[in-house]
Amino acid sequence: MTASTPIVEAQGLTKRFGKVEALAGLDLVAESGQVLAVLGPNGAGKTTFVRTIATLLRPDAGSLRVGGVDVAEHPDAVRRMIGLAGQYAAVEEAMTGRENLKMVARLFGHSRRSAAANAAAVLAQLGLTEAGDRLVRTYSGGMRRRLDLGASLVGSPKLLLLDEPSTGLDPRSRIELWDAIKSLVAQGTDVLLTTQYLDEADQLAQQVVIVDHGRVIAQGTPSELKGRAGRDVIEISARDRQDLPRLAEVLAPLGAESPRVDANTRRVTVPVDGGTAAIPEAIRMLDQTDLVIDDIALRRPTLDEVFLTLTGRDTSTDDDNAQQAA
Amino acid sequence: MSATTVDMTEFELTDFNGDHDFDSDIHIVAPQGSAGFVATMLSVAGRTLRKFVRSPQLIVLGTVQGAMFLLIFRYVFGGNMQPGEVPYVDLLVPGFVVGSVLFGGMMTAAGVAEDMEQGFFDRLRSLPVSRTALVAGRAVADTGVLAWTLAVTAGVGFLVGFRIHGSPTEALAAFGLCLIFGFAFVWLFVVMGLVAGTAQGAQGMSMLVFPLTFVSSAYVPVGSMPGWMQPIANNQPVTAMVNAVRSLVLGDPSLAGLSRSTGHYVVVALAWSLGLVLVFAPIAVARYRRS
Repeated sequence: MTASTPIVEAQGLTKRFGKVEALAGLDLVAESGQVLAVLGPNGAGKTTFVRTIATLLRPDAGSLRVGGVDVAEHPDAVRRMIGLAGQYAAVEEAMTGRENLKMVARLFGHSRRSAAANAAAVLAQLGLTEAGDRLVRTYSGGMRRRLDLGASLVGSPKLLLLDEPSTGLDPRSRIELWDAIKSLVAQGTDVLLTTQYLDEADQLAQQVVIVDHGRVIAQGTPSELKGRAGRDVIEISARDRQDLPRLAEVLAPLGAESPRVDANTRRVTVPVDGGTAAIPEAIRMLDQTDLVIDDIALRRPTLDEVFLTLTGRDTSTDDDNAQQAA
Repeated sequence: MSATTVDMTEFELTDFNGDHDFDSDIHIVAPQGSAGFVATMLSVAGRTLRKFVRSPQLIVLGTVQGAMFLLIFRYVFGGNMQPGEVPYVDLLVPGFVVGSVLFGGMMTAAGVAEDMEQGFFDRLRSLPVSRTALVAGRAVADTGVLAWTLAVTAGVGFLVGFRIHGSPTEALAAFGLCLIFGFAFVWLFVVMGLVAGTAQGAQGMSMLVFPLTFVSSAYVPVGSMPGWMQPIANNQPVTAMVNAVRSLVLGDPSLAGLSRSTGHYVVVALAWSLGLVLVFAPIAVARYRRS
């Protein structure tokens, strides 16, 4: 494997579950030496993709290489290269953190002694040394997730696969987990992570791939993708839901594009060119009406808006559809 | 980078004594190859056994439940039983111990399904080890748990009046036979756990085998059942095993109302066990590899 071999290379990857096409010809190249975030709503095919890389699922069509090795032909060689931390903390509750790590290390072929050494090193790295000899049953959700991350590290993988690593964690545990991931990256582990949290991709990844309906619909650095959504936006919260159409109408001349209305959050967003100067102007326009607003703010576009621009759909409404389908 | 810096004191507390450079970042040493078949089996079996020993609810389920039902059968139903030459308790306990194999299987099915639900299998299956060894480890560990359960049940049996009539060697052979039977049946329950996918579903599914224990010679003589049911009761694995175990612990098949030799019943029981393994082990492995 040379330095230029991509760590993950997928071509036309397809996987069907009955009538649902979870992967619909996914093409992706992840270069070594960086963190790649696969971003998309529920049901976009992110988990299916990770499971095919982890050799847990066989794709129906297409090719997939990890570090230059074909996954279908040499699954065992691929398993030697990867570490997987899934959506659940897949650790044994009735064992201590150290026992869990030792077990996985032994399965990777470590001798008893080097399994113990690796377990100790991983516990220290994840700040779990003190809790290492307690049963996992007594761990908090965040600690379990960190231990799970640790279990994927004891085999010193070339590629770490993290499937929605922070799902269900409280904000503080989330940041602790992010820190742990960042320190791994600093040591040169390649990471491919999936997330539906746009800020998570922004925080951790140098490259972001946006997936929708089993295909890649956009790829770039977080700032490139934000650039695609273009302009800063003014966001206005209306007091009254029925004021929304009129608000949009009044503010339309201000916008570089037509305003977007979100009835659920009672907000109107107007993409603008003028930066902060647009705010006083918006307020002047509103002053000439009897419309009452709760809040007005100027902000940078989020990756949510990138998704909206690219797909014409909201990530949140897509979530609802996915839940109904499930 | 504080999280990655070596804290010397932490290493002194552990059994880390390699000649690594302590000034650099923590090293996670790359493994050489991966665990072989036996090592893999023992690793996952060790985990299942630890889980059993450290989970009070499993111990209660695997220990107290069997003992409780034995007491119920012995004292509630037993009063009404008037068998031939030996007391009912001497017939009941061997039958009951064999039946416990199937009740214990519920725990296997539920445990396997739980591992699937909670992503534990995904972790194991993403490792460079034999997937057959992973399933085999489970089967071996659950047979170990069963050995404990059956020993406790037999112990309670002795407390409530059960006595062996054969030699101690025959009694030990009977116990060994129960474990072989248990190992054979574990594969069926592994399959059920994998098919069900949820712990609750797996428990429900394993209820389906309970008729096998009741429509057998385990608790009442087959001769007392309706005519159409007798061929079913006489030709199924639980009856085969009960007949073999009874012949051994009573030292004489005729005491259990059986007409053939002990050797005959043992061979039939072993044949059933082998058959169960040959059918369900490949299904379990295939299912595990792709599930």
